[in-house]
Amino acid sequence: MSRIAATFDRLRAGRRAALVPFVTAGDPSPAHLPDMLRSLVANGADVIELGVPFSDPMADGPTIQRSSERALRAGTGLAMILDAVRQYRREDDRTPIVLMGYANPIEHMGVAAFAGRAKESGIDGVLVVDYPPEESGAWAEALGAAGIAPIFLLSPTSSQARIDLVARMAKGYIYYVSLKGVTGAANIDTADVERMLARIRSRTSVPVGVGFGIRDPETARAIARFADAVVIGSRIVEEIERAEPDQAAQRAGAVLAAFRAGVDAAAVDRAGP
Amino acid sequence: MQMRVPVAEPRSPGAYDLPDATGHFGPYGGTFVAETLQAALEELRDAYEACRTDPAFQAELAYELEHYVGRPSPVYHAKRLSDELGGAQVYLKREDLNHTGAHKVNNTMGQALVARRMGKPRVIAETGAGQHGVATATVAARYGMECVVYMGTEDVARQAQNVYRMKLLGATVVPVTSGSRTLKDALNEAMRDWVTNVANTFYIIGTVAGPHPYPMMVRDFNAIVGKECLVQMPALAGRQPDYVLACVGGGSNAMGIFHPYIPHAGVKLVGVEAGGLGISTGKHAATLSAGSPGVLHGNRTYLMQDADGQILETHSISAGLDYPGVGPEHAWLKDSGRASYVSVTDDEALAAFHALCRTEGIIPALESSHAVAHAMRLAPTLARDRIVLVNLSGRGDKDMHTVAKASGLSL
Ligand SMILES: Cc1ncc(COP(=O)(O)O)c(C=O)c1O
Repeated sequence: MSRIAATFDRLRAGRRAALVPFVTAGDPSPAHLPDMLRSLVANGADVIELGVPFSDPMADGPTIQRSSERALRAGTGLAMILDAVRQYRREDDRTPIVLMGYANPIEHMGVAAFAGRAKESGIDGVLVVDYPPEESGAWAEALGAAGIAPIFLLSPTSSQARIDLVARMAKGYIYYVSLKGVTGAANIDTADVERMLARIRSRTSVPVGVGFGIRDPETARAIARFADAVVIGSRIVEEIERAEPDQAAQRAGAVLAAFRAGVDAAAVDRAGP
Repeated sequence: MQMRVPVAEPRSPGAYDLPDATGHFGPYGGTFVAETLQAALEELRDAYEACRTDPAFQAELAYELEHYVGRPSPVYHAKRLSDELGGAQVYLKREDLNHTGAHKVNNTMGQALVARRMGKPRVIAETGAGQHGVATATVAARYGMECVVYMGTEDVARQAQNVYRMKLLGATVVPVTSGSRTLKDALNEAMRDWVTNVANTFYIIGTVAGPHPYPMMVRDFNAIVGKECLVQMPALAGRQPDYVLACVGGGSNAMGIFHPYIPHAGVKLVGVEAGGLGISTGKHAATLSAGSPGVLHGNRTYLMQDADGQILETHSISAGLDYPGVGPEHAWLKDSGRASYVSVTDDEALAAFHALCRTEGIIPALESSHAVAHAMRLAPTLARDRIVLVNLSGRGDKDMHTVAKASGLSL
């Protein structure tokens, strides 16, 4: 069984939602990446979304844009990230790691070459923000052949037809973008999110995570009552931005721990398996 | 003046009819944007399709192009330049004579009318040199729409006069400080605005790039340029040209004049890219000549990129050509061989700028000067009865400071 499926099975049995931190790989520098992964896992990460920095992050707000710029200035590249994850797998063969980024660095490596190297590195899923399902036929096939889950987005504006399209192609989990806008924007309407999740769930049994705009443990707790995963991005990346580089991993972990408490507090309200 | 321009050419089997229904030109084009924008693009595709096939929309656009923009623009036989070159006859399609001074207004007028049909009271745009920003601010003022223009801080500093023009026209200019602080970053920022404010906002993209339907829609609105030439050339020169030349930044003026000529197999189509300080220096914007395929700004096309697939900064003396991508239809025309692409350096473009001023009394935009420069290389190699048609995409008033500076003067 894949690491992602095993993780969601285990959490479901414990009536818990997955806590999924997002950080940009190589922020503050590639040398800090192993410690960052360790700190996130030690502080409650069930799955890690690792951003691949890109020069033109069109779907991201200022916080993650600046994070990408720091990582690129520090010399981070896709091949280097794959190597770092491969090293990290020697000490942690359990935590799913999902890469999240934009199409061009992957296309430049070549989709087939990327899929092969990602598999060797122990990558579990890949979310390419600018690969919508209708442009992803060859992509999903290449990942599937390597046993890696293609993760797709859905949003408040997704039509029924698009929900069905994603439901047909999605593996691993579906990432529901909980607001109109870019990463890091204003707070979200929990009731709206709950209604949309019910619609998505009526078409697929793939777990559904929620992200974009979850900025405090209270909101995380509210979302964790009904979502399969809660993704925390900009709030952690802000902390990394403010920290001295050598403190960044520890401070990111401290923020994550507070979200862990929020998500666990929701467990009592969740329906059973 | 009333001029009869054939609307759509009848489609015969095997005729050129790209993009396909999903916005692809062969392997290029497409809809490479996040899910959050897909609904907005779907809404735009439906609205544009309704406009395209609505005679009332086409009539309104034709009226505005005639009475507000000043179309048709003339074709002019540049006799003194041709004589000096001693070869082929050079003709100029005078897009510099349009209201606002460039071809850009053909597109902004069209998109503004689509925005009105969709009931969107707010328009946004990205701009590099400021020409597209000015053309957008102009039509927004014409229709009483709110207008926000995104512009990299590097360009705000380089193009102060156009920033002021946009403000006079009532637009808000937002300086963009992310990334390389130029056109590509302004486009990123405009997309972020659009995804956040999509309910009341129409995004007027300034060239034949972006996700489907933009490359097709912007091409269609600029195709009036080539359609007029199809009628004007036989009337003025007795036949169609042997060559059609146009500068290529994102590629909208080039697609506009190329597209109606694609079925005319005897007409060679040549796009002229910005060679900057020379291709070998790496400081240029010759994407088709020196780049490689990738995905940026919603479509697959040729890009300037490094070994990790990060987008590179480009250089050109003309801000309007300073873009690391190019419209996907040009990528397809290059690969299929129907068009070819060459480059011209900053110095060659400047020499052409001065030559056209001196021989014809026409001050061209620095962008357009790239196309003139290639005509000056090409014409002497051809017989005197050959015809080279150049799309003179804009006038050079905006470039006075840049040209003076290159000549060691300050104004
Ligand atoms: C006069 C003129 N020509 C050409 C261009 C380049 O754009 P495109 O390649 O889309 O025609 C610009 C862009 O600002 C321009 O102002």
